[in-house]
Amino acid sequence: MIAELGLVALWLSAALAVLQMASGAMGLAGGDNARFAIYARPAAVVQAFLATLAFFLLLWAFAITDLSIKLVATNSHSAKPFIYKLTGTWGNHEGSMLLWVAVLALSGGLLAGLERRLPEKTMSATLGVQGFVALGFYAFLLLSSNPFERLPVPALEGSGLNPLLQDIGLAIHPPTLYVGYVGLSVAFSLCMGALITKQVTPDFAKVMRPWVLGAWVFLTFGITAGSYWAYYELGWGGWWFWDPVENASLMPWLAATALLHSVSVLAARDALRTWTIMLGVLAFSMSMLGTFLVRSGVLTSVHAFAVDPERGTFILILLGLYIGGALGVFALRAGSIAEGKRFTATSREGALVFNNVMLSAILAIVLLGTLYPLLTEAFDVRVSVGPPYFNPAGAIFAIPMFLVMAVGPLLRWKDDKPARIQFELAMLAAVVIAVCALVAILGDYSILSVLGLALAIGLGIAAFLPLRGRNLRRVPTATWGMVMAHFGVAVALFGMACETAFTSEKLAAVAPGGVEEVAGWTIELESVDPVAGPNWTAVEARIFASRDGGERIELNPQARNFWSPSQATSESALVTRWDGQLYAVIGDQAGVDANGNTRWQLRVWWKPFVTFIWYGGLLIAFGGVLSIVGRIRVDLKRRNAKALGDARREDMDALKGDSVSGGGPVPEPAE
Amino acid sequence: MIDFLRLLCAALALIAAPLAAQQSMPAAPYAYTQLEDPVLEAEATELMETLRCLKCQSQSINDSDAPMAGDMRHQVRSRLLAGESPDEIRSFLTQRYGDYVSYQPQVSSTTWPLFAIPLVLLALVGLILLRRLGKKRSDGEPTQ
Repeated sequence: MIAELGLVALWLSAALAVLQMASGAMGLAGGDNARFAIYARPAAVVQAFLATLAFFLLLWAFAITDLSIKLVATNSHSAKPFIYKLTGTWGNHEGSMLLWVAVLALSGGLLAGLERRLPEKTMSATLGVQGFVALGFYAFLLLSSNPFERLPVPALEGSGLNPLLQDIGLAIHPPTLYVGYVGLSVAFSLCMGALITKQVTPDFAKVMRPWVLGAWVFLTFGITAGSYWAYYELGWGGWWFWDPVENASLMPWLAATALLHSVSVLAARDALRTWTIMLGVLAFSMSMLGTFLVRSGVLTSVHAFAVDPERGTFILILLGLYIGGALGVFALRAGSIAEGKRFTATSREGALVFNNVMLSAILAIVLLGTLYPLLTEAFDVRVSVGPPYFNPAGAIFAIPMFLVMAVGPLLRWKDDKPARIQFELAMLAAVVIAVCALVAILGDYSILSVLGLALAIGLGIAAFLPLRGRNLRRVPTATWGMVMAHFGVAVALFGMACETAFTSEKLAAVAPGGVEEVAGWTIELESVDPVAGPNWTAVEARIFASRDGGERIELNPQARNFWSPSQATSESALVTRWDGQLYAVIGDQAGVDANGNTRWQLRVWWKPFVTFIWYGGLLIAFGGVLSIVGRIRVDLKRRNAKALGDARREDMDALKGDSVSGGGPVPEPAE
Repeated sequence: MIDFLRLLCAALALIAAPLAAQQSMPAAPYAYTQLEDPVLEAEATELMETLRCLKCQSQSINDSDAPMAGDMRHQVRSRLLAGESPDEIRSFLTQRYGDYVSYQPQVSSTTWPLFAIPLVLLALVGLILLRRLGKKRSDGEPTQ
């Protein structure tokens, strides 16, 4: 019954998406048709409920390992730990697409249920677009990747889940990324709604801002978690490899970051109208592109994709339809939307525009480097594009961006004189140059890591300069959010530069009792023993690490062999210190030493300040949360003040003996 | 879902690894042994990080446990020890395995857009910034 219920819920959701779309369009048409517009909101809310229900039904099927469902039988196993049965729900194509669609419906429902500030027409158009987008993905799910498909004969046992994915990282990483991806769909729909009804106003920006911020926080957190997961789970100590799958999550983040800043300018200054709309379209386009890249199988092999193109083609058509449609509307409408308030180059808007252009350029580089190999592969020419390409090409735009990011928040809106902040400018320049010189003297490091280090320290100081001379207790929460996020960028950059420049590695074949040294750490391999887990066996090393003769810390890296399906993985062991991490991995047997003892491959790294990369990521996300909290608090306060004012006015009117006319809802005041 | 395929492939490669390890005498001694000279070893690591493991999904030979990656690491280290420069080793490997093996694309008839497009982008960025920020502007008229 579960599977059938889930399928019914999905079909009903799709039907409601049609209703939402039609009702939204009616509302837009105006006149007599406008009375049909009332169905859009309830359709979105009920749809959110049904799609979420469908997802929970699938979750339930995985929890009880219902082997009559094809998806469960191919991706789960009765002997798997319970938590991984649950996370297995989205560890596969159909399940993860269902999660995607459920989040899409949920955010559409939240928008419909909570948002009351926009003009009705704009809201109708927005909900109509949201319904249209949702419909495409329901169709994709129902027609080409039905998660609830039954087997003709129930399987006796499931065929398991990739053991590398049996990790708590999997539990949090994809869902957070999806919330981010799909949250941007709301920004997309709002942009379209505002564009169609020509309502690209600061009020619209204020409605859109929390959605963009929210999606961006989730994306930031998802990318950070994914990076850390890859770092400790894959067993070679890398935190970013410019892999297409990683890039697929980075591209929406870059676009969302630009959008976030643009929408703030629109809200505060009524400038950058077309720019904001364009970025809104771009951000969700990148989300869909990321989904296409990861979900179509095009990354494994372009040829495999060409042989079995059903799913990929479907997403590609959706991609073309939505992006093409959005750009079409943009082309038709952009002329009727003025650019908004003007400003000079040396103003805060000017700095934000500069950095938005830089972010877009970095996005273009990442896009090029990700898609180009796929393109040439289609013509049987195979090229690889990796860190040696992305790092310098990205840095061309990233370095000016970081420089402007340091001073931008110090500038005033609209117009400012650089001479006013010349002390800050001189100090930051001195810091950056001093660090560059110092590091260059100390050793021979790559130019990018030296620059990264200097910029990180400069940015770290600059992040707090906007607070200078202000009463800290009266600084708005949203400003704290900006300070935190910018400081987080500095912290992450510092970690990346340090890891790149100063990592020490030790690779050795060691017999039990053997001792190795790396970067002030003494590593002693005491023994290597077989161990067994619920669905794996492993060899586990007992290693004692001590730093400069200090406390001995036990480390237990494992080389695991899973069965069902049979796979081998490497479980790293970490020692975290404030100034870095010791990372140890045990490998295969490596012959015998002179005394006939078996030797083992031991690989140990000392990675100075590597943890700062993820602390930085968390700080950035935390800054986003602060910003949301700050905005919402201001909003509520204003709403309360207004309600209070209204009540007082009513009292006054009553005292005067006037009859108070109409108790209808009063439109929200502009901020 | 990050790295799912990469994981899968890495894991498949790992299965094969114990088979290779059964032989008590490794065929490629420098696959898992660092060079004595730290300067040479740093050069080796830098080079190995930019060479693709051909048996894996998106992994450098420095990060892979696949036997073939081990062989290639041995090639890199022993050739460096023999006095070849990293660039020579890279071109030797690309001659042998094709451009695909190097993560650092070189300008060629098949890769020129990778270098031309960023230049165009640079010009475009300059143009946009010049148009948007280049001249002082007065307040525009309000929109309809």
